[in-house]
Amino acid sequence: MNDKLEVFIDAAAAALDLPLDPAWKPAVKANLAVTLGHAATVTEFALPDEAEPAPIYKA
Amino acid sequence: MSDYTWANAAEIAAAVAAGKVSAAEVTAQMLAVIGARNPTLNAFTAVTADRARAKAKAIDASPDKSKLPLAGVPFAVKNLIDIEGLPTVAGSKINRARKAAARDAVLIERLEAAGAVLIGALNMGEYAYDFTGENVHDGPSRNPHDPTRMTGGSSGGSGSAVGGGMVPLALGSDTNGSIRVPSSLCGIFGLKPTYGRLTRARSFPFVASLDHLGPFARSVRDLALSYDAMQGFDAGEDAACVDRPVESTTPFLEQGLSGLKVAVAGGYFRQGASPEALSALDIVAKALNAGSVEIPQAHRARAAAYVITATEGAALHLERLRHQANDFDPAVRDRLLAGAMIPSTLVVKAQNFRRWYREQVLALFKDCDAIIAPATPVTAPKLGQVNFTLDGVELPVRPNMGLYTQPISFIGLPVVAVPLPLKPLPIGVQIIAAPWREDVALRVAYALEKMGAVAAPRPELKT
Repeated sequence: MNDKLEVFIDAAAAALDLPLDPAWKPAVKANLAVTLGHAATVTEFALPDEAEPAPIYKA
Repeated sequence: MSDYTWANAAEIAAAVAAGKVSAAEVTAQMLAVIGARNPTLNAFTAVTADRARAKAKAIDASPDKSKLPLAGVPFAVKNLIDIEGLPTVAGSKINRARKAAARDAVLIERLEAAGAVLIGALNMGEYAYDFTGENVHDGPSRNPHDPTRMTGGSSGGSGSAVGGGMVPLALGSDTNGSIRVPSSLCGIFGLKPTYGRLTRARSFPFVASLDHLGPFARSVRDLALSYDAMQGFDAGEDAACVDRPVESTTPFLEQGLSGLKVAVAGGYFRQGASPEALSALDIVAKALNAGSVEIPQAHRARAAAYVITATEGAALHLERLRHQANDFDPAVRDRLLAGAMIPSTLVVKAQNFRRWYREQVLALFKDCDAIIAPATPVTAPKLGQVNFTLDGVELPVRPNMGLYTQPISFIGLPVVAVPLPLKPLPIGVQIIAAPWREDVALRVAYALEKMGAVAAPRPELKT
């Protein structure tokens, strides 16, 4: 997981044109791991396909 | 000459309206207190003394001053709220290069139209991505009850200025808890209104779908007076501002608890709470004869708020991350960089959950009028403290002070944070109401204040 995350961070930073000083990587990785952990807490809770997201665009 | 430096806004307004004291005298007293205390508390990043003196003079000369609900009341605003003539720094180094704001934020204009006197801008965590009140550029705002401790954030200067007696009224913003956390740690009252109630026009954003503005004060009446003065639709720059009529709360404050059912949130909202947080909650629950309620999936609500915050915040700052990354507070930069890398599928999932959760929580208000929960898990940590232990688990302070506030603002519910004057440090409790029922939360808070269960303790400051 950790190695995969490092590969992902390097690729994402390059693809998104984000600067990434090597000294920042441990903290970015730690933050990304926490945020992905929270995202997993959300996605593991199954909702029906019909569940609408909160923001609804109105024309 | 009476001393108005610890007076409430309502007391000052009544005295000014009755001609017992001039607005100019109140302003002079408050400027003197700021001069004496701010070097210790570091709450203000700008003091608008000349402007305040001119406005106070105008109030004193006004034939209508007896009709102004906030006549001569000094107030200050978190420095993400536009003040004409100053760059809106939002706690950052980067924004110092912005042009000076051409016009005050709408909420400042509305408070001044009610007679209040703007006296300065307040310290905050960089770009509001913070629960500590620490700022690497301006130094930390300091807790008036112990200046070696945090104010909480991100509206740390607002907490310090009101709790430290430098103004009776301040404005701040709350995305995930940034009004309620400093209210708790600094021992004052704070109101985070319903999402969309108070216009955010001419303030610097953080997470558009979660940002709220609201007041801090040392009494519930002052919260209500200022909130009532700030209500009203604004068709201008805030797309989230909802077109609703003004619903004044001040006339209903004294209706008491009769007919209101209050419930204590259990489960998630007791996990990780310190003995002080639980003690505060129990005092309030007992005073309100509260039942109990379970807010379903609150931990997932907090998780979803975390994901949306990281990604919307990163989107806001994307170009600054690309070109000025070295100018950020490193702790903020590293969180935002991580946020920029989160796949959008996960954000949509968080927004799906948000709608589901909203429906579940709104259903709870069929059986109760208000829900109470802790505001923070602990009293004020030491400045610089990186970790704390909750339920035996060591966690970082910065993101976790908002454990109990995040699941509530996530769906925009109105909340009054009330302070329990515990020794040696105060701590707050959230009074949560259904959307658009600020009147209920304020009424419950007012009843608690009248019972003596909650109060803003006066700090023992040397100056």
